Amino acid sequence: MTAAAAIQKAKAALALTSNYAVAYAVKAADVDVVAVYPITPQTTIVEKIAEFVDDGELNADLIHVESEHSAMSAVVGAAAAGARVFTATSSQGLELMHEVLHIASGLRLPVVMAVPARAISAPISIHGDYSDVMNTRDTGWITYIASSAQEVYDTVIQAYKVAETALLPVMVSYDGFLMSHTTEPVELNDEEAVRRFLPRRERPNVLRPEKPITMGAFAMPDWYYEIKYQVQEALASSLKTIEEVDAEYGKAFGRSYGIIQTTGWRTQTTP
Amino acid sequence: MSLPKVHEIPIGGIITEPGSSRRNLTGGWRSLKPIIHDDRCIRCRICWMYCPEGTIKETKGEFVVKGRKYQYKYEIDYNYCKGCGICAHECPTKAIEMVPEA
Repeated sequence: MTAAAAIQKAKAALALTSNYAVAYAVKAADVDVVAVYPITPQTTIVEKIAEFVDDGELNADLIHVESEHSAMSAVVGAAAAGARVFTATSSQGLELMHEVLHIASGLRLPVVMAVPARAISAPISIHGDYSDVMNTRDTGWITYIASSAQEVYDTVIQAYKVAETALLPVMVSYDGFLMSHTTEPVELNDEEAVRRFLPRRERPNVLRPEKPITMGAFAMPDWYYEIKYQVQEALASSLKTIEEVDAEYGKAFGRSYGIIQTTGWRTQTTP
Repeated sequence: MSLPKVHEIPIGGIITEPGSSRRNLTGGWRSLKPIIHDDRCIRCRICWMYCPEGTIKETKGEFVVKGRKYQYKYEIDYNYCKGCGICAHECPTKAIEMVPEA
């Protein structure tokens, strides 16, 4: 690497917490609607996004809601109207929005959410474990767990492509505090290139006055079963989409991660 | 009725054409069935007004019942009547009887 190239690379990298990395990724993804409600350790994500919106760097509607249940409901509504959406939460907040998580996946809305994982009360704790994320396992969401601020940044951008391709909501999770509040160098992508990577696409389940549809209608068990089976099939086939998007991202931006990252497993022996 | 296969249902279970609730025949929910005894009906229209599901059908015509001439006849659309019994309760001449479904 030449000195000039090294300086250029250093300029493109910022010292960011994983929470700020999420905010920068959301800005690059040109998100339309963000529902915000504070909870530790998530709060600094939406604080940073609010700053971007206030500075005019991100042209998004920032909705201040009264609970996490409302936050997820607001982004479900906005996604149903065709918007690219974002919200974030942790721990008790994720529990409070739990019923709406099923609605997002059942309606096949490409909601993207960041979850710095945090332990669940009681006893009350603000520190990182994955008991909140584990409770969402059967909600029909795709869940990423990222292991560095750089991976968080890259994964949030990939998450939009995966969500909009598979028509499923995607959660990007990482360690609360251990990552959400510690600083690492993060290389940021050119935002124009990210927008080329995430083109706006038509999807079938969007509310439009000129072509009315009903969303969230009642279904008797015979229909309910089929519609839930669709979600199950979409989840199973999203594995391929996740790999393809990761490979495409690697081609465009030089970083990719695969489905599972391992460390030292080849040297382990079974006792 | 044959159901569409899983891949034929619109993604997210959305309903793309209006009027699908008409195809959902809710009469199967009924355990008691209202029967109109036409000879006792005085054509007051109270059942027609009170039915919460709009399943009392009014037919215009010439109807002779026990020597009396009427311009209207009332019938129940059993495809959608859920058997709530409000019509039988409100009928001033007790012309509507609720009988158990077979």
